[in-house]
Amino acid sequence: MEFREELLRIIEKNSRMNTKELAVILGVAEDVVAEELKTLEDEGTICGYHTMVNWENVSTETVTALIEVKVTPQRGQGFDNIAERIYNYPEVESVYLMAGGYDLMVILEGKTIREVSGFVSEKLSGLETVTGTATHFILKKYKDHGTVLGKKKEDTREIVTP
Amino acid sequence: MREPLAKKVVDIKPSGIRKFFDIVSEMKDAISLGVGEPDFDTPWHIRDEGIYALEKGRTFYTSNAGLKELRVEIANYMKRSQDLEYHPLDQILVTVGGSEGIDMALRAMCDPGDEVLIPQPSYVSYEPCAILAGAVPVIIDLKPENEFRLTAQEIEDAVTDKTKVIVLPFPNNPTGAIMEKSDLEAVAEVIAKHDLYVISDEIYGELTYKGKHISIATMPGMQERTILINGFSKAYAMTGWRLGYACGPANIIAQMTKIHQFAIMCAPTTSQYAAIEAIKNGDADIARMRESYNMRRRFLLNSFREMGIECFEPYGAFYVFPCIKEFGMTSDEFATRFLKEEKVAAVPGTAFGNSGEGYLRISYAYSLERLEEAMKRFAHFVETLHSEKKED
Repeated sequence: MEFREELLRIIEKNSRMNTKELAVILGVAEDVVAEELKTLEDEGTICGYHTMVNWENVSTETVTALIEVKVTPQRGQGFDNIAERIYNYPEVESVYLMAGGYDLMVILEGKTIREVSGFVSEKLSGLETVTGTATHFILKKYKDHGTVLGKKKEDTREIVTP
Repeated sequence: MREPLAKKVVDIKPSGIRKFFDIVSEMKDAISLGVGEPDFDTPWHIRDEGIYALEKGRTFYTSNAGLKELRVEIANYMKRSQDLEYHPLDQILVTVGGSEGIDMALRAMCDPGDEVLIPQPSYVSYEPCAILAGAVPVIIDLKPENEFRLTAQEIEDAVTDKTKVIVLPFPNNPTGAIMEKSDLEAVAEVIAKHDLYVISDEIYGELTYKGKHISIATMPGMQERTILINGFSKAYAMTGWRLGYACGPANIIAQMTKIHQFAIMCAPTTSQYAAIEAIKNGDADIARMRESYNMRRRFLLNSFREMGIECFEPYGAFYVFPCIKEFGMTSDEFATRFLKEEKVAAVPGTAFGNSGEGYLRISYAYSLERLEEAMKRFAHFVETLHSEKKED
């Protein structure tokens, strides 16, 4: 695998590793890692260093909502303009342009049901190009970002084997 | 009553691992660096095929040599990975793990009194299997100055007119040593000169971190005198499935198959179906796991070097083999104290032969987090030992 791709794969799963640790496990000099990280940040390939939080453990009141949004595309702008008007709301976690039965997928995370319904009825539906919405709530997350939630795997191997 | 046991069996000394296992088992909170199997789960698509085979009721014996489709896939794999041609019908035997292949090969080839060259440190089963086959094991002590690779001269020094077979255990458990092309060329020449047969245990072949693994069978004139042992345990994280295979000349495979037929009947059917999926569609899994092992390998090597512990760079398997001679203890003493004081289990090098004295086998079939914790404790232990030395 190419160095840059390997580096990205590691920090995608564990962004807490520092440049020294990364240099050791990748078998390169520390400044090579530092430079590559800076390039990746500057060009916008690395967009942030986040922590994956299982909000279910923090509050039982909050939900994750996936909102399908149908819109009328605008001449000359396609969907970009309306997408921007939606993603500018700080409560919006993600926005994707979709192929299929609807146009935009809007995701709200860690919100109460009241907050979600308020967002949909007062903000989203009010946008003039939005022609329809369908809101889905996640009941349980089993796996997120490649990580199985809630279960710690036990090492069931024999403790010493040849 | 008569003595119920065979002398030949009773005389075989128990594995050094066993003794250490008993000590470790009593310590509930110890962290282990002692396993010889991957920490990964068998990839899901492979497990799924096993489940499917059970659902479909494929629960009967297979042919003695193994499912034909599996043997065809093994032949394809040998072709694409080593450019070696093996005929699926008479040059491949599917076995219960690589260890059965080793046993069958020794039993098929050795008459009483035949000498078998066994380089050590190495896996624990070669010597007892040679004895059980009626042969005489002759140990070659591999040397740290050669990074535990086997040299032509070492074979020359050990060979007699009774020598028939040599075991080639590379990539090596416990040292992590590999044999590169030039190393193989040199030993191949001597092997041919003395008309020896080779049992090449390449179970760790896919876990090579410097270039691609090269089989001794690819050397000129070697394929017809080599039984190549491989399997699914290490490459695909399938240890518990117990599935391996042997490839070699048809006349030897035929006799191995005969013994296998009487002793085993056939390798587990479910595992064989899962293995077809593994060998057909598992290349990406191997690459992913290898990459992960490689990072841990670099981490451990770096940790030992930062502690000032002598450790050659191992390019294969999932072990590092640091030298602890400077502390003036035997491997056994060191490992036992390390376990008691720091609660970390590392296997004494002597469990793999006398030439492992002064070394420890550290397995990196563990997560980086676990290894980091273990290395912290190792560093602490080394500090303790150094300060003891000063007080003396």
